[in-house]
Amino acid sequence: MKRVFQDVVGGFKSLLTGMRITLQQFFKKDVTVRYPHESLKMAKRYRGHVVLVNDPETGKSLCVACKSCEKACPSDCIVVEGLKREGEKKKSVTDFQLDFTRCSLCGSCVEVCPSDALEFSKDYNLASTSKEQFVRIDLVRRADEGKKPETGEGQA
Amino acid sequence: MTLPEPFRLLAYLAGVMAFVGLNAAYLVWVERKGAARFQRRPGPTEVGPAGLLQPLADAAKLLSKQLLVPPDADRTLFRLAPVMVMAPALMCLATIPFGQALGARSLDLGLVMVFAFGSINVMAIMLGGWASRNKYAIISAARIVSQNVAYEIPMMLVVITLLMVTGTTNLQEIVEGQAGGFWRWNVFDLVANPLMPVTFVIYFICMLAETNRAPFDMAEAESELVAGAFTEYAGMGFGVFFMAEYANILVGCSLGAILFLGGWQSPFGVFSGVGWFLLKLYALVFTVVWVRWTFPRTQFYGLLNLSWKILIPVSLGILVLTSVMLKLF
Repeated sequence: MKRVFQDVVGGFKSLLTGMRITLQQFFKKDVTVRYPHESLKMAKRYRGHVVLVNDPETGKSLCVACKSCEKACPSDCIVVEGLKREGEKKKSVTDFQLDFTRCSLCGSCVEVCPSDALEFSKDYNLASTSKEQFVRIDLVRRADEGKKPETGEGQA
Repeated sequence: MTLPEPFRLLAYLAGVMAFVGLNAAYLVWVERKGAARFQRRPGPTEVGPAGLLQPLADAAKLLSKQLLVPPDADRTLFRLAPVMVMAPALMCLATIPFGQALGARSLDLGLVMVFAFGSINVMAIMLGGWASRNKYAIISAARIVSQNVAYEIPMMLVVITLLMVTGTTNLQEIVEGQAGGFWRWNVFDLVANPLMPVTFVIYFICMLAETNRAPFDMAEAESELVAGAFTEYAGMGFGVFFMAEYANILVGCSLGAILFLGGWQSPFGVFSGVGWFLLKLYALVFTVVWVRWTFPRTQFYGLLNLSWKILIPVSLGILVLTSVMLKLF
């Protein structure tokens, strides 16, 4: 009899405790990121697909078309072409194609690059209705236009 | 102000239907916003400011859907069930006094009428489940019957206790008997029965069970029974069940406010009016939402154990205690 009484009163108390906890949550600020209207800032070490970096002073690509990345790539998804222009010491890149359908974001290309011309982008809205969008991403054009590839909008 | 009889009738018919319709629609919004707040989400935000037009969008969606009747179903009962869930709730509101002079009908047997019509709700859901010819719906129908038989008993015992204290079944008179400050409300009437707050809690629990609300929503139990008795209902058939759930909550909470919290009486003894009734009503409705988003669904035997082993003995005890107290003092 005593045990039943304790059960009922104790149980009822625990219900009230539960209700107190939910009510406390009720008045706290919500934690939702209203996604299409706002998005999170990607972490510093987030790996999107690689992009070419332009020299902030000259506005030209830092890439010297050494093809180290092409060789380092385990998935064979980088194609680099370059030429030596008149009056310049280094070679410059003319074509940098990334096949993102095969890239595993291992970062070997970024590590091996002698002139720090590659870095990971912070793009994560990479969705498309066709595979072709990702087979040949032209990184030179992307770097020169200073904007994201045709796919995906929300860079954060 | 008293209108001539036929106009009064029409005015109240329109008024009650508008009240139920508006509340059913917007309690859905309150429920969704409330659920969101309890889980620290924003809830509906896209349709109108703060999602206020969401109920209209939901209704438009449900109305535009095809009305399907399963081939094996009992057509008449299947179509009748949603109406039979909604109608009693409307009937019950006819006798509920919103204010001193605001109430469709002040019946001498108001309380009895509310409970008589209230129990039709159960039968209608059961019929809907049964007529669907769907195994989930039939399991759900069986559950609803045993659940409501179990909870009707403590509910009635509580109401009898209250009747002995008030001495009338006229809801208007019950409210008037609680005039003059919150210490005169039945829930604090400790002279008649020192366990009156417990009585109120039992009433509230039974009300949750009778309206099939979480944590007692064994009828719907979407994790086990798809949607229970409503599985086969599409479009507005489902919509009416949905609205009826809120209409029944409204009736249950109104009755709770009238029987225990003094209806339209002000807690300070002055400025009594409709506002106080609505405040109490919506505080109770909020508690219903609050309970739903706090507790997980009970198991079925837990639900029956709670009723037969705890609520019924306790409410019987309270009944005896009250009669003794009334005789002595």
